[in-house]
Amino acid sequence: MTRYIVVRLLDAIPTVLLVLTLVFVAMRILPGDPAVAALGDFATPEQREAFREKMGLNAPLWQQYLTFVVSSLTLDFGVSMMNGRDVLGLIAYNLPYTIELTIASVLLGVVIGVPFGVWAATNPNRAPDSAMRGFSLIGYAVPDFYLGALLLIVFSLNLGWFPINGGGEGFLDRMHHVFLPALTLAFIKAAFLGRLTRTALLEVMGRDYIRTARAKGAREPRVIYRHGLRNALLPLTTGLGLTTLTALSGSVAIELVFNRPGLGKLLISAIAERDYAVIQGGIVVFALFVVAINLAMDLVYVLVDPRIRVS
Amino acid sequence: MSQDLLRLTDVTIEFGPPKKPIRVVEGVGFSVAKGESVGLVGESGSGKSVTSLAIMRLIGGRVVQGRIELEGRNLLDLPASALPEIRGRDIAMIFQEPMSSLNPLMTIGDQIGEALLLHGWRDRTARRDRTIEMLHLVGIPNAEGRLGAYPHQFSGGMRQRVMIAMAVACAPKLLIADEPTTALDVTIQAQVLDLMKKVRRELGMAILLISHDLGVIADVCERVIVMYAGRVVEEADIRTILTRPQHPYTRGLLRSVPRRNHEAERLYQIPGSVPPAGSVRQGCPFRDRCELSVSRCAEEMPPMFRFGSSQSAACWVTAAAEGVAQAGAAA
Repeated sequence: MTRYIVVRLLDAIPTVLLVLTLVFVAMRILPGDPAVAALGDFATPEQREAFREKMGLNAPLWQQYLTFVVSSLTLDFGVSMMNGRDVLGLIAYNLPYTIELTIASVLLGVVIGVPFGVWAATNPNRAPDSAMRGFSLIGYAVPDFYLGALLLIVFSLNLGWFPINGGGEGFLDRMHHVFLPALTLAFIKAAFLGRLTRTALLEVMGRDYIRTARAKGAREPRVIYRHGLRNALLPLTTGLGLTTLTALSGSVAIELVFNRPGLGKLLISAIAERDYAVIQGGIVVFALFVVAINLAMDLVYVLVDPRIRVS
Repeated sequence: MSQDLLRLTDVTIEFGPPKKPIRVVEGVGFSVAKGESVGLVGESGSGKSVTSLAIMRLIGGRVVQGRIELEGRNLLDLPASALPEIRGRDIAMIFQEPMSSLNPLMTIGDQIGEALLLHGWRDRTARRDRTIEMLHLVGIPNAEGRLGAYPHQFSGGMRQRVMIAMAVACAPKLLIADEPTTALDVTIQAQVLDLMKKVRRELGMAILLISHDLGVIADVCERVIVMYAGRVVEEADIRTILTRPQHPYTRGLLRSVPRRNHEAERLYQIPGSVPPAGSVRQGCPFRDRCELSVSRCAEEMPPMFRFGSSQSAACWVTAAAEGVAQAGAAA
């Protein structure tokens, strides 16, 4: 088991390097001169040259690459080209809001989706199953920014139950603020996880060991939850990882709709302003998150499946 | 017949949509006495597994007719909520596939312990002791140390032993074994069969052994029921079946058992195959493959004729040759 974990950790290293390389290359082949973008069209050539020198853009490419990798790994992303603020500081301020949104939406998605999926799987081709199908169809079809705006209008603007924008202060207030955006993201997650639960559980319920469980006198709830759902957790873990990743990317649009701070919103405004330092830092942090979530899922497998533990 | 543990009467099972049902088992009747070991033999598609699952009420099909009585109580009348109390405590079952019949995510100690817990073994220590005792009984070495092991850490034969330990943990009155050795190597087969005999001896339970292999049945069982195309075609004690089979199908089955002293010969094969479920509407289902068939076989399904005290078979031709009476009338 230790070996498995070590191998997974080592596996993550090339992934991180690859991601950093991609970010580096993408930033260099983007059209437009960062110096022009940062200083504006009316800067003198001398000013531009000075800017390039300061930002290290005149060094040979391999040197820029090395500097970039090393500084990324030490989380040194430099300062914003727009306002001179520390990029790491900007990210550190915004990241918790995105994490909070991601966790809340995944939790809500699980809480809504998994029981719904179990309900559908235990009543195949009957009303609950059709309801599940309809729900997941809507879940997939409705764009999250539209649903977000809808919820915002109904529950914040009209009913006044939830704040209209911002991230909130203090735990309870933050939870109050995060609920609607999280629900928006949770909607598609519940649709996805519900379908996944239904399929996985239906498949598992046809297995021989389910028959064994019934043959030894287990009642249906025990058969479903202890024997069925536990085995269905394996494909569900994969789905959970995927849906957590989509929560990260989904947060970009949702943070804009709800006008709350977060990494997505930071990135969008940085792109609008061509603030390369912030874009670069933000993408690296995003990518590291993706790698971390994948790693976490690999480790969850170990907890769920004893077969991995031994081999 | 008061000592019958299990009695099936005229059991008919259908699958498929109720409007266009497919009859898989028709008019099956037999009984198992307390402590007796009975074999149910037949080719694939003969309805033997379906019949055994019906006893546990674990099939997807419908029992449309007949009675399945356990100590005089018709299991078919019981509400679904009453079944878990019977499963595992009165009737236990082991299956063909030891590789997939155990839950891969639970330790074998937990799985055997669960069978006990479900039938009133509340005390944890007692459960643990009983689990170890059962693992000893089925010959798992170092039973105590293997309580925390997972199924994938066992071989197929060992898993079938675990299945047996789990099935007999609550000392059921009847153990149904559906092809318990089919998926195992021949050497392991013999060990598992010996184990079943030992367990039966020590716990005094009845066994209903389902197999397509008469050799396996002859090893364990005292009495044999031969099924063909969803019907019982012959029933007798094992010695009679092996020496004087009356149904042409049973004879064919016996001729197709490989023997050590006939190595050079090509093994006998019953021509043709079992007709698809529900396709035989009239007459004897075996007639198309039968060397003895006469015109009457196509017209009327033969009833069970009684050949001697412990044997009956459903064949017009052999019954006429022996000049025996219908089973119901003679007994």
